[in-house]
Amino acid sequence: MRTALFGAAALVALLAAAPPSRPAAVVHIRDDAFVPATITVRAGESVTFINDDDDAHTATADNASWDSEGLNQGQKWVHAFAKTGKIAYHCTVHPMMHGTIVVRSAP
Amino acid sequence: MKRRDFVHHVAWTGAGIVYVLGAEGVVRATAAATPGAFSFVQISDSHIGYAGPANDDVRATLQKAVTAINAMPAQPSFVIHTGDVTHLSKAAEFDDARAILSTLRAPLITLPGEHDVIGAEGPKRFAAAFGRKDAAGRGWSSWDQGGIHFVALINVGEGETMGMLGDEQLAWLQHDLAGRKAETPLVVFGHVPLFAVAPEWGWTTTDGTKAIAMLRRFNAVTVLNGHIHQVVEQTDGAIRFGTARSTAFPQAAPGTPGAKPGPMKVAPDSLLGVLGYRTVQIEGAGAWRERTLAQS
Repeated sequence: MRTALFGAAALVALLAAAPPSRPAAVVHIRDDAFVPATITVRAGESVTFINDDDDAHTATADNASWDSEGLNQGQKWVHAFAKTGKIAYHCTVHPMMHGTIVVRSAP
Repeated sequence: MKRRDFVHHVAWTGAGIVYVLGAEGVVRATAAATPGAFSFVQISDSHIGYAGPANDDVRATLQKAVTAINAMPAQPSFVIHTGDVTHLSKAAEFDDARAILSTLRAPLITLPGEHDVIGAEGPKRFAAAFGRKDAAGRGWSSWDQGGIHFVALINVGEGETMGMLGDEQLAWLQHDLAGRKAETPLVVFGHVPLFAVAPEWGWTTTDGTKAIAMLRRFNAVTVLNGHIHQVVEQTDGAIRFGTARSTAFPQAAPGTPGAKPGPMKVAPDSLLGVLGYRTVQIEGAGAWRERTLAQS
């Protein structure tokens, strides 16, 4: 009984210490635009890019450090951002499409 | 020699309409192609790998174009594909495209579009499937055939975006054209339009004006591009620009209110009417002179 109480208390303490869950960072590619155009995540978090358009798109870092390559309609690509900073990206098949990922320090 | 006495000119067919392009940039309707004359075919934007409402079988429509070209009674001297052979630069897409295009009876020349050079592997896959051994730089080339000097430019894959020739290619072009007589008829190919069709849609070559400046001293220049999936023509002095239809799907006309670039769905029974390829005929001196004099 004492062991069970101790275990339950430890679980409550653990849950209390955990940071509140954050919604997944998602960028939709829609009507030849990245939506939202700028998104902020914490270091270590991922961004999911989803192509909603009936056209091919890419999410490609301007500095070439990452590249989704071609995404057809309905396809998604997930990338984790380890380093803090601001990263500009674009679609290689639609040069007018630009977006920005802001990566902040983890708390 | 007077300008009107130039040896050759170029005629092209859009959707059943035959045009004649003269040294002065004059365009007029003309009769069917002369049997036995030098000719070539432009095919473009096949987007093998696309699967959407604008065309549920892009392989079938490319095959239909190939079959039609193979059925021409006089085979063209070559067929040039002006890019976007594939949709996503995937290996399977290149395999499918090559399987269909390799059945052409005429020799095939293929230029890349921006859809063929996606990611790190795209350019390698394109080169493996369609690269030319005699090309320079990233694939640009020129050759003389049928009394014409042909130039194939690459305006994708330069830097981070499309619609750019780059300094290396422009220097090559300048060297390639140097010393050629102004009377030499030129035909210039590339994927993205060399002229500004709709820059806000990416339908232009940002440093295209530098190439166009090099072409201005020539008396008969034809520039044939793809990319925009429709026929748009423009004349600038002695330079005649023309874009080609796609074999996959149409796109909206530039300036259409509320429209954006990308696959455009039309009624299924209308699709084949907006897809196509271009037959280009190089006609002889007699025909050219006679028609030009009749116009002037």
